[in-house]
Amino acid sequence: MPLPRLIPCLDVAGGRVVKGVRFQGLRDVGDPVELAAAYSDAGADELVFLDVEATVAGRGALRDLVARVADAVSIPFTVGGGVRRVEDGAALLEAGADRVSVNSAALGRPSLVEELAARLGSQAVVVAVDAAGGEVFSRAGGEPTGRRAEEWAHEAAERGAGEILLTSIDADGTRDGYDLPLTRRVADAVSVPVIASGGAGAPEHVAEALEVAQAALLASILHENPARLGSLRDELRARGVPLRDAA
Amino acid sequence: MTRVAVCDYRAGNVRSVAVALLRLGADVEVTRSPEAVARADLAVLPGVGSARAAMAALREDGLDEALRARVADGRATLGICLGLQLALEESEEDGGVPGLGLVPGRARRLRRDRVPRLGWAPVEPLGEAFYFAHSYAAETPAATATSEGIVAEVRVGSFLGVQFHPEKSGRAGARYLERCLSPA
Repeated sequence: MPLPRLIPCLDVAGGRVVKGVRFQGLRDVGDPVELAAAYSDAGADELVFLDVEATVAGRGALRDLVARVADAVSIPFTVGGGVRRVEDGAALLEAGADRVSVNSAALGRPSLVEELAARLGSQAVVVAVDAAGGEVFSRAGGEPTGRRAEEWAHEAAERGAGEILLTSIDADGTRDGYDLPLTRRVADAVSVPVIASGGAGAPEHVAEALEVAQAALLASILHENPARLGSLRDELRARGVPLRDAA
Repeated sequence: MTRVAVCDYRAGNVRSVAVALLRLGADVEVTRSPEAVARADLAVLPGVGSARAAMAALREDGLDEALRARVADGRATLGICLGLQLALEESEEDGGVPGLGLVPGRARRLRRDRVPRLGWAPVEPLGEAFYFAHSYAAETPAATATSEGIVAEVRVGSFLGVQFHPEKSGRAGARYLERCLSPA
């Protein structure tokens, strides 16, 4: 198996990095290209950009952002938010993204996953699964779907998803650690890699998650501060987590 | 300045390869023209999309013959990921696709661990980790480096193929591409 991955997540809107409760009180906290380059220098294995507004009008700004990031960093990055048709995903890859992430649109129309995989290849298709109490929620956590996380993840992988980005809504923002039982159930249900997301507050949380999943998404634990990624990597390596040597 | 032709077979992200080579000071042209591929100091076959669609695009534009002619003339040619797999005799992707036949062997679906194989993994004897994103891998006697037992690099004459993505492998990848641009 490849080495475990640390993946900083940048929420973006209108071409800027934003912070705050989704859809409410978004605050501009910086330039995505500068932050991406700094995370890359600090040893990030990959990056994820989530367009938290994901409006049709914002698609041009997102493509422009993707192109600027691709010009500035030489590590892989995934872009999510607003991918509703196979053309949306193809446009993001043409702009320079390595992978696209789909969530609500795939729940609404699961064949979108097959279409994306056929056009872009499975390795370029990430299905994001948001779960609370083991149930999948759509529309940024706003809408229960009645589906079990492991069951939807399995179906998505069968349809061609090359990776599952699993966010525990219960754990998100608590800083009490990743939802390990949920992550384990999903990882056991699929034969593709799984990224654990939600709940990281301390290095031991990340180390635990990397025992179960192949990668850990890092959001609030980094506070948009690349130096924190560097120190986190050092602490994890001291604990024996086999991260790559990024020098 | 090294003139590099990056073959555009109309699928996905060829921008990253072009940008990585530009950063190293190369004169880069992303092209579908066999003439441009013929006259470049280095031709690059990047690695995106599916085997069948990629081979069809190469044939349609005449890039398959241009690449074969280059390698027959001993001129530097680099295949990345799918670009390596297309250089083989055959790929079992998409129900079986004949390749360019520049390298003996075939591409077979990975059958262990989690597939696609995504992430950074050490490559020996290069001694560094590079970024991989693949579901198929070469089975060939021409391997010159491996990663976890999987073929990571092949050389046949002037053709060099890598399963990893040097353009996405940070500093290690930049060092690797720099060596490709300035062969000894």
